[in-house]
Amino acid sequence: MEHYNMNLTLKVWKQKNADSKGKFETFKVSDISSEMSFLEMFDVLNEKLIEEGKEPIAFDHDCREGICGACSMYIDGQPHGPWAKNTTCQLHMRAFHDGDTIVVEPWRSKAFPVIKDLMVDRAAFDRIIQAGGYVSVNTGNAVDANSLPIDKSDADAAFAAAACIGCGACVAACKNSSAMLFVSAKVAQLSLLPQGEPERRTRVLNMVTQMDKEGFGNCSNTYACEAECPKGISVLNIARMNREYMHAGLSADEK
Amino acid sequence: MTWKNFFTSSIGKKFLVALTGLFLILFLIVHASINACIFLNDNGDTFNAVAHFMSHNWILRFLEIGLFAALILHAIQGLMVWKQNVAARPIDYYVKKQNRNSTWYSRSMGIMGTLILLFLVMHISHFFVGTKIALYAEHDAPHDLYLEMKEVFSKGIWVALYMVGLIALFWHLFHGFQSAFHSLGLDHKRYTSLLRAAGTGYSIIIIILFALMPLSFYFGWIH
Repeated sequence: MEHYNMNLTLKVWKQKNADSKGKFETFKVSDISSEMSFLEMFDVLNEKLIEEGKEPIAFDHDCREGICGACSMYIDGQPHGPWAKNTTCQLHMRAFHDGDTIVVEPWRSKAFPVIKDLMVDRAAFDRIIQAGGYVSVNTGNAVDANSLPIDKSDADAAFAAAACIGCGACVAACKNSSAMLFVSAKVAQLSLLPQGEPERRTRVLNMVTQMDKEGFGNCSNTYACEAECPKGISVLNIARMNREYMHAGLSADEK
Repeated sequence: MTWKNFFTSSIGKKFLVALTGLFLILFLIVHASINACIFLNDNGDTFNAVAHFMSHNWILRFLEIGLFAALILHAIQGLMVWKQNVAARPIDYYVKKQNRNSTWYSRSMGIMGTLILLFLVMHISHFFVGTKIALYAEHDAPHDLYLEMKEVFSKGIWVALYMVGLIALFWHLFHGFQSAFHSLGLDHKRYTSLLRAAGTGYSIIIIILFALMPLSFYFGWIH
């Protein structure tokens, strides 16, 4: 692939903290290599800002390998930028051209308040997982790996759902800020496996209740989440969660 | 999980919207089929006979209450969901490229639904109110619904407004049909393509049938 350098204009959301009102600021970066990642481009900009005695731009990142779900920029109108099934850290500058203006915003959702600049607080996802996104295991000897037979297609579907990295792009992409794809990925994964069976009903009820408490919107089946998900999590998981919720909700004991 | 918790949750609300939506989808089949009697071109004799049966049969009158209840529930739930969804994003994005990840009509259910609601105010005042007044008038006065249609659809403005209402209904159904099944958990690799095809076919046939009615009167295709 041909290598080239580019000069870019960045319009970046700057916000001091959760309580302050933010605004866009314009930055110029020059001699950016097409082989850099989007975050490396931000590193170059931040180094320059530090040298100039200015405050660098705050953004989330961790593994920079596309598997941790920490990076979270809304780039030119799309979460994680223009490439499909891709995270911001794996977005390379060859997606852009010399002279481009790129607008970078934080995830926008009531449930994801801005901490600073492009960083948002995604603890709402942690609380949803804590509400039921786990399998309780009693201590003791580990059971034999082959003692629980699992159908291959179920194992594959559970694995595909488990690929969710919890980045929140689904919420960012959804016009309703709905967290249905994230929650359904975990519900579907565990409902497909025998280990998830004992807590199957309470799990879906508790996770959905927590999701609603956090202030996410409702699903209106536009499927923007699936299109923007860096891991390609399918909306079939949402249908599965709806089934699980109906079954668990209608068979509950309370009046 | 009490009944209240179930139906006020984000997923429970979608169940209500989906179930009432599917009921309304069934109603439209009945509505379009009966109205299609005007195409027999018998000066509305068959159509008026069926309309008379529909307005005098007690089972159907009872179902009519259910129809209005479903319609109101569908609209209220839909508007509530829409309000919550707007509130879930207090600050909107500066740049949005939503056309890259979703269709415009899937994102416009609230607007299309509101247009349909406005259309229904006009539609009910045109045809439903007159029928009911005749029904409860002394001696159950005979009511020529066919003539009423003919009069309303002789005016270009009404025909135009009906077309606008039907366009809104088309896009609402086009997304709503498949969406309702998805909300109820009926989405499956094997059946989804069939459901989508059924939804597309349903939306097109229903809308063409309905659109032909005002147009036929206006252009004098039926007499």
